[in-house]
Parts: sequence; structure tokens; C-alpha cells
Amino acid sequence: MMYAVLCYNDEKTVWSWSKQEEAAVMTRLEEVRVRLTKAGKMGPALRLLPTTAATTLRKTQEPPLVIDGPFAETKEQLLGFYVIDVADLDAALDVARELAAVNPGGAYEVRPIALYCPDERAM
Amino acid sequence: MNDLEWIEAALTAARPQAMGALLRYFRDLDRAEEAFQEAALRALQSWPRNGPPRDPGAWLILVGRNAALDDVRKANKHEPLPADAVISDLEDAEAPLADRLDGSHYRDDVLRLMFICCHPDLPATQQIALALRIVSGLSVAQIARAFLIGEAAMEQRITRAKARVAKAGVAFETPGVAERSERLAAVAAMIYLIFNEGYSAGQDEQRAPLCDEAIRLARILLNLFRTEPEIMGLTALMLLQQSRLPARFDAAGEVILLEDQDRGKWDTRLITEGLALIDKAMRHNSPGPYQIQAALAATHARARDAADTDWAQIDHLYAALERMQPSPVVTLNRAVAVAKLNGPAAALAMLDPLETKLSGYFHYFGARGMFLMQLGRRAEARTAFDRAISLANTPAEAAHIRRHLDRLGREHPQPSS
Repeated sequence: MMYAVLCYNDEKTVWSWSKQEEAAVMTRLEEVRVRLTKAGKMGPALRLLPTTAATTLRKTQEPPLVIDGPFAETKEQLLGFYVIDVADLDAALDVARELAAVNPGGAYEVRPIALYCPDERAM
Repeated sequence: MNDLEWIEAALTAARPQAMGALLRYFRDLDRAEEAFQEAALRALQSWPRNGPPRDPGAWLILVGRNAALDDVRKANKHEPLPADAVISDLEDAEAPLADRLDGSHYRDDVLRLMFICCHPDLPATQQIALALRIVSGLSVAQIARAFLIGEAAMEQRITRAKARVAKAGVAFETPGVAERSERLAAVAAMIYLIFNEGYSAGQDEQRAPLCDEAIRLARILLNLFRTEPEIMGLTALMLLQQSRLPARFDAAGEVILLEDQDRGKWDTRLITEGLALIDKAMRHNSPGPYQIQAALAATHARARDAADTDWAQIDHLYAALERMQPSPVVTLNRAVAVAKLNGPAAALAMLDPLETKLSGYFHYFGARGMFLMQLGRRAEARTAFDRAISLANTPAEAAHIRRHLDRLGREHPQPSS
């Protein structure tokens, strides 16, 4: 079964990590990602730029309104996600635990994937 | 990252918001700082035990305010202090408090906190020192090291700056539209000062991190004022300049000029973020000096190598900047683009009227010598390069000019006397 593992954290805190701390966290996360890839569990993964770089198209009026910033103002922000392919929810939560162990603060939302369209562009 | 490092990062992140709110309550910088300090100490005790609160900022504001009020009560009535257990009930109070203090309230708190550091009577170095102490929360010792002065002298400097700020008084009412935009402009300038302090320090271990701190403050500001194109521009400008850091110095620590930098070393993540922000800013059709400078940096960032630079775009952007902020240095920079587009004669004609204003400016004579050399006016070129060397700010600048002089000598050897 495929799941998205969505990473949430307070971006103000993440910005306040020192360069060394940030590099250490990213290195440890990458180790987990590579390990899970070798185990055949890890699909695409991506990290998002901060919500200050986001733009939102609001469909509350016609034509839709373009506004600066993320869709919702929240205490924690969506910072990125992993697509994983594992047997069941327990296995998916194990992946989230592995990621959580090397990444301070925040939360992981494990969400089953209903439709998955892989990148079909000619590379 | 262990617990302590995480808590310290969370305290640093929440500091502007918490300090801003405490300053609004107490209307006194020292009391606000003491309250924050006390709240931070209690966080260090409580968070490892009880887990971090959902909203560290709201927690610190509540605890800081209560602690300061306790002090007042204690001083007045000699009442016993409430037990630590009272603090653990905070989780209940925290959520409604956070909801009540919505983003718009925090916005003006943080802006006010940053703005008091920008008092026009304070010289630039004092503005930076005060902001690093109050907004960023660096220790006096850290700031003193960055400014290469003793801790006691820095302590005195900050105390004096604080006294001046207190005497000047700052409005605590919610600012009107015009006042808010004046505050934003002053704060943007102060943040850019911090950045330049770090940028001009090269690879100095104490000062170079000021660039990252300035970017962090700009992101916090942009987070609160999401629709301000000039704040997007400022953040983009600093991100794009900072993206070149890995390529700016050679092994000996000497500056490598933009055109000679190995662009493969530029930090692509910072470039991507900078380009995204300048894209967003442009949609507002409300250009300003930071956006234009960011667009200039973006034009360089988009070029594969120095030869690939879009000089027409650079010329166009400097022309816009000239109209907005006329300055001989801007015209000089524009002349460099004009030389690439229309040849050295056109560029030289732009430089002539600037000579009196830029008679002590290294880059003026560097550019002048370059254009004269390209026109084959070798003796005049040599005179300009000699002036440039005498005005060079760094050994790298002088070495760069000396290479031009060598070329002049090689191609057209001077008769030996």
C-alpha cells in the first residue's frame, strides 16, 4: 500500500537551526531515505521551500484570487513529504518513526495514497 | 540535535514574537527582557520534562508576563510565589491565548521591536548591535566578538543605545497604514545593514554568520507581512548574494570577483528561493530599490557564465534604479553594462560627469581604466589604473588591476629608459 508521509514543523524553528544543525539533520534524513530505498520501500521524496515562497490561488471568487503565502496559516507548516510503499499502516508508522528519530520537533502525518501518477516525462 | 539544541532553536525562533508582546505589556525594554529571560529559564526546566508546548511563543509570553507580575506582587505584598505546578496548567490557557493574539497583533509587536532598534539618532553600528541583542538574542559577548571590541565596551554601547531609544519613546498604539510602512522601510534597511556587516567581513568566523541571521530576520518579517513586495525583494536580494558565498573566496581567503567565480559552487537552493521571491514580488507591479537590486542579482544568477550575462537587462534595471535612487555609484554600475552593450566610448561618456563625486572610489578608476584600455588610449588607461590601485580596499582588488596593467605592458611594452 502506498502512503504519503507528510512532514510538518514550525518553520521559524527550522530557520533558527544553525548551519551545522541543519546539515546534520539533512544528512541523517538522507541516510534513512537511502536505507528505505534499498529496502524497496521508498518512492519519490521532496523538500519544499518556505511558505514565504508560496502563492495560493483562492477559488472563493471568479476569477480566482491570487494571494501571497500558503493556503492556511498554521503553527506548523508542511515542509515536504515522502511517498512510501509498504505492507500496512503499522509498517508506514515504522517509517515515520525512523524519520522522526533523526529529526527534532514537528510531526509526521501518514496518509494513504488514493491515486499515484508517476512522472512520465521523457528524461 | 539533542533536546537542549532543539529548545534553544525554539527559543530563538519565538523570541521576536514573545519579546514584542512583552514589550507591549510592560512598555519597557529592560522589563520585557527580564520577563523573557525568566520565561526562557523556566522553559529549559519544563520543556524537557513536559515536552515542548504546541506554541512556544504563546507559552513564553504567558509565563514571562506572569513571572514579571509575580515579581511586582512579591515586591509589593511579600506574597508567596505560586508553585511550579501552576505553570504546568498552562496547556489549558495556551491555546485560547494563541488564538486571541492573532497574527495581525503579533505582526505589529515584532515590527515595533525591530523598529525601536532603528532610531535615526543611532549610528548604524549601534542599530545593528541593539537589534542583535534585543531581536536576535545574541549575548553581549557574541556581539562584542563580531565587532572586535571588548565585552565591557559593547555592554556600555548597548546600554547607551537602549537609553536613547527609551528617551525617544515609541508609539505603542497599533500603527496606521502610513506609519506601518515607514517602520517596515526602516526595519528593512536595518536588516540589510546586518547583512552587509556580515558580507563585508568575508570569511571572518564571528561576523560572516550575520548574513544568515539577517536572512532569518527577513524571513520572519516576510512571514508576518506576506504581501509586501519590497520585503520579498530584500529577502531575495540577500538570498541571491548569499548564494555566491561558496565561490567568493580563493584558498588564500582573497575575494574572487563575480565574473571570475566558479558558478558551479553557487548555492542552488538559495538561488531557487531568491528567484521564487523575486517572481512573486514582480506580480505586484510595485517596484522598489530592493526588488530592482534583487532582479539584478537574479540576472547574474540566471547566467550560465559571465559571458552569458543579459547585459541589456542589467542596463534596463540600473536605469530604473537610477530613476528611483539617483547616485553616481548606480550610474557607474550602469556604465559597465553599457560598455558591454554599446562599447567603451558610450560608457566612458557616462563616467566623465561622475569624476568629482567619485574621485576617491576604487571602482570608478578601475572601470575608467578598463574602458580607456579597450579604446586603445593606453597612457590614460595606465594613469586610471594607478589611481585605482592607490584606492584599492583589498589586496585582491589591487591584484585584479595589476593584471590589467601587466596586459597593457605586455601588449605595448614601454620603452626602457
